Amino acid sequence: MKFMGYRREDGRIGIRNKVLILPTVSCSSETARIISSQVAGTTTFCNHTGCGQVGKDAQRTIDILIGLGQNPNIYGVVVVGLGCETAQPNIIAEGIKKSKKPVQAVVIQEEGGTLRAALKGAQYALEMVQAASRQERGECDISELIVALECGGSDPTSGMASNPALGAASDLVIQNSGTTILSETTEFIGAEHLLAARCVDSYVSSELLKIVKDLEESVKNMGADLTGGNPSPGNIRSGITTIEEKSLGCIYKAGTSPVTEVIEYGVKPSKRGLVVMDSPGFDIDSVVGMVASGAQICVFTTGRGTPVGNPIVPVIKVTGNPTTFVNMKDNIDINAGTILEGDATIQDVGGEIFEEVLRVSNGGMTKAEAFGFSESSIWRCGTSV
Amino acid sequence: MSSKAALIIDIGDNVAVALRDLKEGQHIEITRGDCTLKLVLIEDIPVYHKFALTELNEGDKVFKYGEIMGEAMCKIRAGEHVHIHNIKSLRGKYNEVHGI
Repeated sequence: MKFMGYRREDGRIGIRNKVLILPTVSCSSETARIISSQVAGTTTFCNHTGCGQVGKDAQRTIDILIGLGQNPNIYGVVVVGLGCETAQPNIIAEGIKKSKKPVQAVVIQEEGGTLRAALKGAQYALEMVQAASRQERGECDISELIVALECGGSDPTSGMASNPALGAASDLVIQNSGTTILSETTEFIGAEHLLAARCVDSYVSSELLKIVKDLEESVKNMGADLTGGNPSPGNIRSGITTIEEKSLGCIYKAGTSPVTEVIEYGVKPSKRGLVVMDSPGFDIDSVVGMVASGAQICVFTTGRGTPVGNPIVPVIKVTGNPTTFVNMKDNIDINAGTILEGDATIQDVGGEIFEEVLRVSNGGMTKAEAFGFSESSIWRCGTSV
Repeated sequence: MSSKAALIIDIGDNVAVALRDLKEGQHIEITRGDCTLKLVLIEDIPVYHKFALTELNEGDKVFKYGEIMGEAMCKIRAGEHVHIHNIKSLRGKYNEVHGI
């Protein structure tokens, strides 16, 4: 099955063709926003990390920023640094250049303030956006697609309608030799035995059980219970009682395909098929991890409704709750509530999601994308210093 | 709107999910595999919340999606609302591990 995408120098396929104005640290985020606001065709986000970090936590932020820059939906990158931060702009720029795309860097302290940095950054962005606009879409195979699977603002309809429908769509992507990523390790707790039984071999299975055990232990080491954090107060009000119940509903979004590998947060998959990525249940951290690992598109199920988008990939929103579809129509692309109303089957809506993935890959805009939403955060694994 | 009042997701479940707001005293008929199960609700059940299909005793496992989703903290009667006030998670719990 084919779609029209942008073939990049590193061989990967993009479904968007944006120029990323990438702030390496919180301190340069506002200057990056000014640059982006001057040049149509650019995208940016507020980076909450990039400094006061050490060890694995610092390295993860650097790797994720590089991964976001390398994402094939991005034609070229203008790195905007402050100068003194942990995530040094030259390291980020050099890392992104390995994907052979155009990369420029401006450093606020070296340029002499926001206005001079913004001038230089906007000049770079202007050239890149024009060059990007000359690139044409070409025929690509769906096997080149990596689809991020996400759920958030869940309610009990998520496990009965939207997640099983997304699971059917995920199976269709995989039957066409594509890749989907299941993340949110917290939401495997209580359902991990079902996923472990679907792993291609005992090594993958043990890796999967390990990430769940490590996450559960880290919660206990904080002296906390999951309940109240996950399931959240909203999940509980809607009728989800325990993390086990939430997880059992969540993993339906990965369909029935075998798990081919378990990857760390933000790392590129080395296998096709259903890949599991270690990430928290916090939607924004989770989506950003999958985008840094190269996903070009995200399908996001919700019960209560959520506006979340992403600066780099289009996010298709699906709800299994027919009331939410009406109440939050601005934010929801697909109504899977028809399943509970008896008007459609899980397979019907799965097919609808799959077709929407192709339409959006061809350039069709999602609602979150039309709003220009850019929620982003990076999963921390250390304290600020 | 669905004509069904409630749904048993898996044949092994001992709870059902309300598909609309249900009222105390309401007579419910639900399909379970080839049989029809009849019970009377003993309290209001908000839409998408759960109610017990059979009597559960303290320590009994609660099944939804055919899997264990928690444990009863007290006796729960058939037709009673099942939620955080009468069942608990068995996972990610600091207090239990540390005996607090």
